[in-house]
Amino acid sequence: MAITLSGDQTIPSAPLSSRLTPAQVWGIVLLAPYLLVFLAFVVYPVGYGLWLARAPENYVALYNDPIFARAAINTLIFLVIGINIKMLIALFLSGFFAVQRTWIKWLSVIFILPWAVPSIPTILSVRFMLNPEWGMINHFIFTLTGDDGPNWLNDPTVALTMAIAVHIWKSLPFWTLILITGRLAISHDLFEAAEVDGASFWQKFRYITWPSMQTLYVTCTLLSMIWTLGDFNSVYLLTGGGPADLTHVLSTLGIRYLRLDQLSLAMASIVCAMPFVLPLVYFMMKRLSR
Amino acid sequence: MKLPTLREVATEARLLLIGIPVFLWTMIPIYHMFLFAISPKEDAFSGKLWPDHPTLHNFSIVFNQQHYFLRDFYVQFWNSTLIAAAVGVLTLFVATAAAFSISRLRVPGGRVVMNLALFTYFIPAAFLAVPMYRTMGNYGLLNNHWSLILAMVTIASPYAIWVLKQASDKLPVELDEAAVMDGATTLQIFRLVYLPLMMPSLVAIGTYAVLLAWNEYLYAFLLLSNDREITLPVALGNFLAADDSPWELLMTTGFIYALPPAAVYYAFRRYMVGGLTAGAVKS
Repeated sequence: MAITLSGDQTIPSAPLSSRLTPAQVWGIVLLAPYLLVFLAFVVYPVGYGLWLARAPENYVALYNDPIFARAAINTLIFLVIGINIKMLIALFLSGFFAVQRTWIKWLSVIFILPWAVPSIPTILSVRFMLNPEWGMINHFIFTLTGDDGPNWLNDPTVALTMAIAVHIWKSLPFWTLILITGRLAISHDLFEAAEVDGASFWQKFRYITWPSMQTLYVTCTLLSMIWTLGDFNSVYLLTGGGPADLTHVLSTLGIRYLRLDQLSLAMASIVCAMPFVLPLVYFMMKRLSR
Repeated sequence: MKLPTLREVATEARLLLIGIPVFLWTMIPIYHMFLFAISPKEDAFSGKLWPDHPTLHNFSIVFNQQHYFLRDFYVQFWNSTLIAAAVGVLTLFVATAAAFSISRLRVPGGRVVMNLALFTYFIPAAFLAVPMYRTMGNYGLLNNHWSLILAMVTIASPYAIWVLKQASDKLPVELDEAAVMDGATTLQIFRLVYLPLMMPSLVAIGTYAVLLAWNEYLYAFLLLSNDREITLPVALGNFLAADDSPWELLMTTGFIYALPPAAVYYAFRRYMVGGLTAGAVKS
């Protein structure tokens, strides 16, 4: 690069290459593709979306929309109840799968399936199982008791519970796998020493397993919260947000507004989740980039 | 043979008491899908645990596209394949270049980019979908496969960069130094030293990106709408629009759609479990 003065007189500016080593030039070139993707599909959309959501009327409209309030509560139920149940089961099962048995090894191979197969056919499969007239579950209830089973997806509380169950079904294998890794990292000597001292099952968990896994467990729970906020499939494919839009969570609600061509409301509903999401993200980034 | 002691029997019974419910819980929705796929319509709706007349007829309907909903089955299957492959290749390209740049070349500002990528990783996917849908419209990419490909690369790259950077950092610096001594250029180091050593991580990340794109429903459903442009999961979702959905065909198509990712997962299980779970949460 050079600065052109009058005529053919030029003062050469220091070339870029003299300030940067060739390796650094390559570094910039190789980083450029990701930076472009990031600018075009993260920075611009997020900035544009925030700009669309800026008007206070959007938040007034959300506040006055009973579906939004319901979705916010449902999201909290999903996060507080759903995730804790899921993580506790994962913690328990990580102990089960750590037991050395051939059949448990085989079971662990099968156990991963919900995570390995795509959501849509399996969630739709559950949806049909819960069909009040034709579904397998109500057929089973009828055969056992002679009574008709409940209309599972017609009651918002039951439907939301089922959506949480589907969410657990889908993501439990992943978290169990992570917690197994954590459990296997604990030194075996500790357990042997405890056994010599006659420690009970519960004492071994309380004084050895839990202290070593506590940090991992908390991190997993927080990460799971962020991902669960982004889980659209469990609710949308099972209930579609129904009955009467009473089972929406924030992720399906945002898409619902989007489908109704109310992009600013869609963005505003997501902005409302930010006070919860950002502290989580901050904490996760601190932990991961250590 | 030594007879088991009472204590051993009790332990085994307790384990089975956990193992059997775990097995049923895991398998029932998948078995139910399979059951529908091999059942004629009457049997499927009768709630039987095994059809009276198991049949492969549903598969033949799907493969011969003999239903209104299945007119474009092969086109949609191909769309899914093409998009997943493109996402895999592009993610590998973008993420490997970035990880090499940040970890090996220590480019100024690399750390900042890494943190930005991590930040993207933590934006819930359904939240990013809302503004991204509109942006794709602004770019004129809606109903174009590129919109879904680029969206999925955006979502897959951060995690890919992060995992690849962790793996890169473990390679000794001496390798690069020795190559520089021998007169290798940066690109030669990348191609001849770096890529071969990173192969296992690249396989894990490639598989991750391909599966992510193949399984994606939300972005595909927002960004593509034309029957001949959509991917299989969107087509499956569209089955539901009908009042009288052909559920046995829906489940058959779903079963066919679920087979490739399950097969890929089991084929690359060692890479996936090692690479992905180690990367997911650093304890």
